[in-house]
Amino acid sequence: MNVIWVLMIFTGIVGAILTGKPEVINEVVINDTSEAVVFAIGLTGIMSFWLGLMNIAKKSGLINSFAKSMKPITRFLFPNVPSNHPAIGAMMMNMVANMFGAGNSATALGIKAMEELQKLNNNKRVVTNAMAMFLVINMSSIQLIPLTVLKLRADAGSNNPSEIIITSILATSVSTIVGILACKIMEGKR
Amino acid sequence: MINILSYMSIVAIPTMMSIILLHGWIKRINMYDAFVEGAKEGFKTAISIMPYLIAIYIGIGLMRKSGVIDYLINFVKPVMTFIGIPAEILPLAIMRPISGSGTLAVLSDILNTYGPDSFIGRLASTMMGSAETIFYTMAVYFGAVGIRKSRHTVVAALVSHLASVVAAVIICTYFFGV
Repeated sequence: MNVIWVLMIFTGIVGAILTGKPEVINEVVINDTSEAVVFAIGLTGIMSFWLGLMNIAKKSGLINSFAKSMKPITRFLFPNVPSNHPAIGAMMMNMVANMFGAGNSATALGIKAMEELQKLNNNKRVVTNAMAMFLVINMSSIQLIPLTVLKLRADAGSNNPSEIIITSILATSVSTIVGILACKIMEGKR
Repeated sequence: MINILSYMSIVAIPTMMSIILLHGWIKRINMYDAFVEGAKEGFKTAISIMPYLIAIYIGIGLMRKSGVIDYLINFVKPVMTFIGIPAEILPLAIMRPISGSGTLAVLSDILNTYGPDSFIGRLASTMMGSAETIFYTMAVYFGAVGIRKSRHTVVAALVSHLASVVAAVIICTYFFGV
């Protein structure tokens, strides 16, 4: 992350100066930082909501039994995570929320999953295979109804805004499978 | 079909809520206490991801508004056209992993320029519906737990993104023709 971040900042600054608009830098520093804070604050509500519900599900044993029923899939994807671990439940719920386009709920559940996965991590600063796999699946995940895209298409005057749903689902399935394979090939042991 | 899917999207969260609450009811949990106890964690998490979010927002904002991405697009254009990816959708393919709001602007631009029902318009929409912003998601998720070394995550995510772009081109060619 260190290298990527410094590279982003540095190329950004150099680029802005070369294209003759250094004022953009100041603009970004002021506006985008406050945007980040607003986003984090906005996430607090939905985050608390899901963590509250997850706590109920944990105490009632629902997460445990749900995670167990997913064992065949999770044992392949996350071999180092015990199948009765709370991380499994959080990851599965994150995937469901993602599929149904509930972006903020998915983020909240995803962060919860990462916290649970971190408990299994021996070296707290280095990502585990399970975390990498979870993130890659998360980032390429299927969304059944891409609402924003449909809205943009409708606004642009499309005759059939929803004709891209099937192609999206197919393309995203390919990317998920490729992502899983890429992880499996590159992960090695840890 | 579409109506069913969009109805499912709306009821997904209420369904998950109801199942959790019903199960808790049957198991006789004190649900109010359990909810409040869990919800307390929400604040801690939101505050703890804030510095990471600020860092990545600055990085992405600078990349986007300085025009660096436009250079990047010109730079990889020959390679992409060689693989058979239409030049018109390159801005979208490159912006997608970097910035969510940036991609929406690009998509809207493409749809208005080429028309939503053109091949380019359909292809762009398909690509948009099939990927998420990589760097931003990584910053939030890794930031929340303090991960510094991401090992193979970036490469795997980018490979998966490239696959989604290529797959979108092939699938759209098959479904819609050129």
